[in-house]
Amino acid sequence: MSGHHPSAAIAERVRHIESLLERHGVIAPGEVDRRIDDLLAGGTPLNGARIVARAWTDPAFRERLLTDANSAIRELALSMGGGASELRLKVVANTAEEHHVVVCTLCSCYPTALLGPSPSWYKSDAYRARVVRDPRGILAEFGVDLPADVRITVWDASAESRYMVLPRRPEGTDGLDEAELAALVTRTGLIGTALV
Amino acid sequence: MSRINDIGGMVGFSAVVVEPDEPPFHADWEAHLHALNALLIRQGVYNRDEFRDAIERMPPAEYLAASYYERWFAAVSTLLVEKGVLTPDEVAGGQDATAQRGPADE
Repeated sequence: MSGHHPSAAIAERVRHIESLLERHGVIAPGEVDRRIDDLLAGGTPLNGARIVARAWTDPAFRERLLTDANSAIRELALSMGGGASELRLKVVANTAEEHHVVVCTLCSCYPTALLGPSPSWYKSDAYRARVVRDPRGILAEFGVDLPADVRITVWDASAESRYMVLPRRPEGTDGLDEAELAALVTRTGLIGTALV
Repeated sequence: MSRINDIGGMVGFSAVVVEPDEPPFHADWEAHLHALNALLIRQGVYNRDEFRDAIERMPPAEYLAASYYERWFAAVSTLLVEKGVLTPDEVAGGQDATAQRGPADE
């Protein structure tokens, strides 16, 4: 389930449909290749990491981010898509008392503009099924063992609403500048299956 | 009423498998399919909700057996036929690519 299967036959079928759509004039020749280039050049976890580093160093920005993330990320020239199709973003902050983790139980909704393409495990049936029932068990599989009194909140993304975790700033990072702090932040931390 | 994609909380799944240094796509056809789907949505052949729905109404056994992008392929194929863009024969043609190319331009 949801793994990777031998793909020669399906590769041929995709090629076949793509060439039919080109011949029918539904898509222009070369359009698919250009779109793939755009996809690969699009969002990256560095965007999410920049947001986190700014929130760690600028308390007023942190407040704006947690109140209205869509507006706040524009200060960093980022957005959740343009105009009417903008997706709602909510940023949830980890604290000493509460840890957040994100999933899309129904499919694979994810803040792609801020984190890039999602990892396969995020889209896997196992993660989607299990993280809402046993988040602590999933976190343990990722090597995250939280104290028993830390509350875990799981956010289920939807077609219109996306979530990103604001990890806690690690101890001993007082001397680091914003760029150095951003380099500490991982995609897994932004999903909530790592501490940072 | 829930459909097979509504698996949040379902028990019996194995450990989550993390692939280190995973590429964005595992095969060229996945990238092509992803791009193709984006273009079809942009051109209004169908919309994002119809695409999700087409995945979510897959027969449950097929849904569970399919990889992530195999689900996408099933949904795109379904919608291209339902929207009258391609005939069922045209969509099926790629299954026997050497034999079935003939009437595709009709």
